[in-house]
Amino acid sequence: MQAAAENVFKALADPTRRAIFEHLARDGEQTVHALTYRAAVSQPAVSKHLGVLKRAKLVRDRRDGRETHYTAQPQALKPVLDWMSIYGVFWRERFDRLESLLKRMDQ
Amino acid sequence: MTTTAPTRSLVIEREMPHPAGKIWRALTQGPLIEEWLMKNDFEPQVGHRFNFRSTPVPNWDGVINAEVLVVEPHSRLSYSWATMGSTSVVTWTLTPTDGGTHLRMEQTGFRSEQDAAYKGASWGWTKFIGNMEQLVGRLE
Repeated sequence: MQAAAENVFKALADPTRRAIFEHLARDGEQTVHALTYRAAVSQPAVSKHLGVLKRAKLVRDRRDGRETHYTAQPQALKPVLDWMSIYGVFWRERFDRLESLLKRMDQ
Repeated sequence: MTTTAPTRSLVIEREMPHPAGKIWRALTQGPLIEEWLMKNDFEPQVGHRFNFRSTPVPNWDGVINAEVLVVEPHSRLSYSWATMGSTSVVTWTLTPTDGGTHLRMEQTGFRSEQDAAYKGASWGWTKFIGNMEQLVGRLE
């Protein structure tokens, strides 16, 4: 797996980060303060989680005075979707080939 | 995509009009496996380490490192499946039916061998994956 995909998987393996990401994806841009209020963990913890999400390119930040605003970047989920679809497509195709082999085989 | 059980990631099932013994041969004899899956040095012995090799494609060298985990003739076969830094387990289950055999392939879990953080994350994943396609769909 590519490094980018690894970062996405790791970032989303944590339930708090997943919740933060889902809030942002659902409700749009929010400040660290607003996210802290909802996450029920300390602001430094939220900031740390946002840092991990940012490295995975799952969120984008924007400074506005003393506040930092975060926006979800769900297109960064693409490696995850690719990972799943590769396997789904892959195995279905292999099942077809297995069936065709079985037709050619003796009992 | 089936996401009902905690660690399940992919299940494909098919009814096949062939006896279980015949399907078992296709699943466990190297030259036959190569015909439908990939080049391999598989042996039906628990603990046997082997590779599947296919044509490299962009972002994938085509090599899968595997180890045989379960061999129950005509009924169950399982091997680990490690590639691109992630490890999963592929399990084949054969169940005789009136017209032949019900063949089920389940590929479960993925965790980095280097990073124990993947362990235990599966439950969250199954929940998360359910929402993900909607999220991405909303973008377009």
